[in-house]
Amino acid sequence: MSAPLFELLLRLGDDRLVLGHRNSEWCGHGPILEEDIALANIALDLVGQSQLFLELAGTIEGQGRDADNLAYWRDESQFRNLQMVELPRGDFAFTLVRQLLFAAWSHHYLDALAKGRRPDLAGIAAKAFKENRYHFRHASQWVIRLGDGTEESHARAQAALDELWPWTGEFFYRDETDQVLAGDGLAPEPETIHEPWLALVTDVLTRATLVPPTGPMRMVGGRRGRHTEHLGHMLAEMQIVARSHPGASW
Amino acid sequence: MIGDSALTLQSGLDEVDVIRILREVKDPEVPVLDVVELGIVRGASVEGRRAIVRVTPTYSGCPAMKVIEREIAECLERHGFENVVVETTFVPPWTTDWISAEAREKLRAYGIAPPGPAAAIELVPLGGPTRTIPCPYCGSSRTTTESEFGSTACKSIHFCRSCHQPFEHFKAI
Repeated sequence: MSAPLFELLLRLGDDRLVLGHRNSEWCGHGPILEEDIALANIALDLVGQSQLFLELAGTIEGQGRDADNLAYWRDESQFRNLQMVELPRGDFAFTLVRQLLFAAWSHHYLDALAKGRRPDLAGIAAKAFKENRYHFRHASQWVIRLGDGTEESHARAQAALDELWPWTGEFFYRDETDQVLAGDGLAPEPETIHEPWLALVTDVLTRATLVPPTGPMRMVGGRRGRHTEHLGHMLAEMQIVARSHPGASW
Repeated sequence: MIGDSALTLQSGLDEVDVIRILREVKDPEVPVLDVVELGIVRGASVEGRRAIVRVTPTYSGCPAMKVIEREIAECLERHGFENVVVETTFVPPWTTDWISAEAREKLRAYGIAPPGPAAAIELVPLGGPTRTIPCPYCGSSRTTTESEFGSTACKSIHFCRSCHQPFEHFKAI
C-alpha cells in the first residue's frame, strides 16, 4: 500500500462526500423547483465521484474496506476533507458561493490530476473534471445573478463571500503527502493551482460586483483530521442508518 | 428485433455476438436507447461459456449503473452464458460523442433533443446558452435553457417559444 496515495484518495473522496451531503440538504428546500433538482443533481455527481475515489482508496489500502465502509464507519478525526465543505449550508447565496469557490479549485486540480501517471486515478479525475464544468457553470451563473442582482441578493452574496474566503487558504496548503505525490508525478503541487484558480474566480466575482475580503485566512487542519464543530453533527446524521443496521440491504 | 433467441452458445458465439446480444438491454432511464448505442459497453471477451463485459458509467453518480450491470448479466445468461462478469472501466471517460447517429435520431423522435459535440461546451457562458438547442417537437431554434440539470444526471431542461413545449436535452459531456 502507498500511504500518501491512500491519503490523497481520502482527501478527494471526503471533500466530495461532505460537500455532496451539504448540497443534498437542499433537496425539498430549494428556492424554486429547478434549483431543488439542480442541487440534488450536483450532490449526486459529487457523492458518485466520492464513491469512485473512496473505492480506489480501499483497493490501494488492501484491508478489505470498500467505499461504503470508508464513508460510514470512519469517525470525524479520520475524515480528510477541507473544513470549508463541512460548514452548514447557510442560505442559497452561501451554498452557491461555496460551490463556485470549490468548483473553480476542482476545475484546475482535477485537470492536473487527470494528467498524472497513474491511469486509474487519472481516469476518475478526467471523468469528474467533465462533470465539474457543469457545476462551475451553474454556480457562476447564480453568483453573477445574485451579486449583480437586487440590494438584498448582493448583500447576501457579499456576506457569503466574506465568510467563505478565509477558508480558501486550505486549498493551497501543502504538506508531506502533497510533496511525495507531486514528486511521483501523481498529483499537482497545491500552490500551482492558486494563480489559475484566482483568475477564474476573479472573472466571475468581478462580473458579480463582489469583492473578496482582505483579512487574515483561517487555520488549516482538515487534511489532518482537525475539523470544525459542524462535521461531527453532519456525520451523525449521515452515518446513523448504516451504523444502526450494519450490512443491511434492500 | 435485434435480440435473437436462436443465438446460443452451441453456435459458437464470439465478442461480436455478445455486443449484438447486448442491444436487448435498454437504458432504464432512457428506454429508447440500448446500452451499446449509448456507448457505455466498451468491449467484451468470451472464454468457453464465460463472458466478460466492460462497461463505463455515464455519470459518476448514475444510479442506473447497478441495474444496467445486472441486466447485462441476466441477458447474457438467458443466451446460455455462465459466470458473466461485468467490469467497470473509467478510461477513457464516457462522452456523449460516442452516441451513434441512429441513436440520436431515436432520442429526437422520443422527444429528447440529442447532444451536440462535447468540445463545444464553454466553461463560463455569459449572456445566454452556448449553443441553440433545436426543439425536438417542432424543430424551432427559438428555445431557451431553463436549467442545465433535469430529471436525470444526463439531461437538461429547455422551453420552446415557438410551440410552447417544455422539453429535455441530452447534455453534451
